[in-house]
Amino acid sequence: MAKTETENVIIIKTKNVKVKSKIKYSHKGLLMVILFIIIAFFALLPFYAMVLASLKPATELFRYGLNLKLDFSIMSIQNYIPLFTDKNILFLTWFKNSVLITLISTVFSLLFSSMVGYGIAVYDFKFKNAIFVLVLFMMMIPVEILILPLYKLTVTLHIINTYSGIILPFVVSASSIFFFRQFASGIPKDFMDAARIDGCTEYGIFFRIMMPLMKPAFGAMTILSALTSWNGFIWPLIQMRTDDMFTIPVGLMSLLTPYGNNYSAVLSGSVLSVLPIIVIFLIYQESFISGLTAGGVKG
Amino acid sequence: MSFQDVVGVGQNKFIGLKNYKNLLNVHFYTAVWNSVRYCFWTLLLLIPIPIVLAVFLNSKALVAKKFFRATLFMPAITSVVVAGIVFRLIFGETPGAPLNTVLGVFGINPVEWLRNENTAMPLLVLLAMWRWTGINIIYFLSGLQNIPTELYESADIDGASVLNKFRYVTIPLLKPIIIYVLTISIYGGLSMFTESFVFWSNHSQNDSGLTIVGYLYQQGFENGNLGFASATGLVLLLIVITLNLFQLKFFGMFKKEES
Repeated sequence: MAKTETENVIIIKTKNVKVKSKIKYSHKGLLMVILFIIIAFFALLPFYAMVLASLKPATELFRYGLNLKLDFSIMSIQNYIPLFTDKNILFLTWFKNSVLITLISTVFSLLFSSMVGYGIAVYDFKFKNAIFVLVLFMMMIPVEILILPLYKLTVTLHIINTYSGIILPFVVSASSIFFFRQFASGIPKDFMDAARIDGCTEYGIFFRIMMPLMKPAFGAMTILSALTSWNGFIWPLIQMRTDDMFTIPVGLMSLLTPYGNNYSAVLSGSVLSVLPIIVIFLIYQESFISGLTAGGVKG
Repeated sequence: MSFQDVVGVGQNKFIGLKNYKNLLNVHFYTAVWNSVRYCFWTLLLLIPIPIVLAVFLNSKALVAKKFFRATLFMPAITSVVVAGIVFRLIFGETPGAPLNTVLGVFGINPVEWLRNENTAMPLLVLLAMWRWTGINIIYFLSGLQNIPTELYESADIDGASVLNKFRYVTIPLLKPIIIYVLTISIYGGLSMFTESFVFWSNHSQNDSGLTIVGYLYQQGFENGNLGFASATGLVLLLIVITLNLFQLKFFGMFKKEES
């Protein structure tokens, strides 16, 4: 019959196409691999340059510039020593500041943002939509604009140059709220109803039922929020007034003088600040990628 | 705050539109022009190229996908400060610096990359490309993986060429992601600051690297003129929101929600 005929034609056609595409793709595959090797080379080159530079004497770097050749005779870990011994370079303090700020702000940001997002997604209350629109609007405002009023506010509250000054303004993030809201609205409400019937309180539902269910969202947001505060620059730059309160990026920047006298410390410090993230990235690659693309997942 | 003359904390004087009038100066124009140019180039380079690369990464013919994905992504987790420091080294001014060495092979004289007005902007765009290509690829990749393979199969049956498939299947289905990336790129491009700060400590030759936020920082925190800086910030906000609303309307984001 006509139907089987067309089906046959389709099968033949798809077969043809498949054979054709296989031949085409083997060339293409090779070209693509070459292309990506070139791109990967450029992506990794700066890392190589950074590690290499951190192992070379700073005077050479400053006078002649960085030579990308491996030359083991002049390479040493000399540059790393002042980071820990020089009294003017408080690298360990900055590292501690960065770790503490990242930890505290991530924990609080996750807790509060997930609560707000969950609340907007699950409960019905007055002005719910207005709040959600406000959240969306907040996502559109560049942080750089908020630094002025926030700066004034922290000065008035006398929390400038403290951990609270740096953490409090960003303790709830609009984009995390949005992400948690999207995630929580995808969870069936039957879970909540079942828990209520069993006599679970509303807090119990959130902490004992929803939190475990939202685990993937928490994973993604942990990484996003931790990375933002670890790499954050402009706000710590304005907040932190004394060098014992600097975070790593601000500290590294303060070492970077026009005279290049601290170049070795800047480079070895850069390596040490990137290293932990790269190691964590290589271990938790999947969550990293889903965390950073979280905003794009919604259709 | 933008209508006030902020002297110290708690001492404000209402001065009407004076701050906005003061904005009409050469430095601010340069800053806006630089930010807009930077944003334009990042949009032009950081959306089409990552889409094509993401399609390649999604294709079955490529081997070692995970490796390439991870390598391309690594720049994105590096802080701008560290990336900027390394770029300063690679684009060093001495004849022995990496890029000048390469140029030397071709007999081109060393270039003072950071002090040259013509190379300042390309350098900023290059840094942005290095940091953002990977992450944009990942965005588009996550979108591509949501496209059902049946669509490509039926396109094959209808005899569609590779380009046609890209034009009529991939692009329309990636549209939501493209719009998302466009929105955050406009926002990120116009409010760029750290890159310029790391390269020139916010004071570049003839303002060749001054951005709107850089100007805001200069006025607000170096000159202590918070009211004036607020006016700068509000202008930036206005530009970002206008551009984004225009863009969203143009691509029919709101229409979709209505239907």
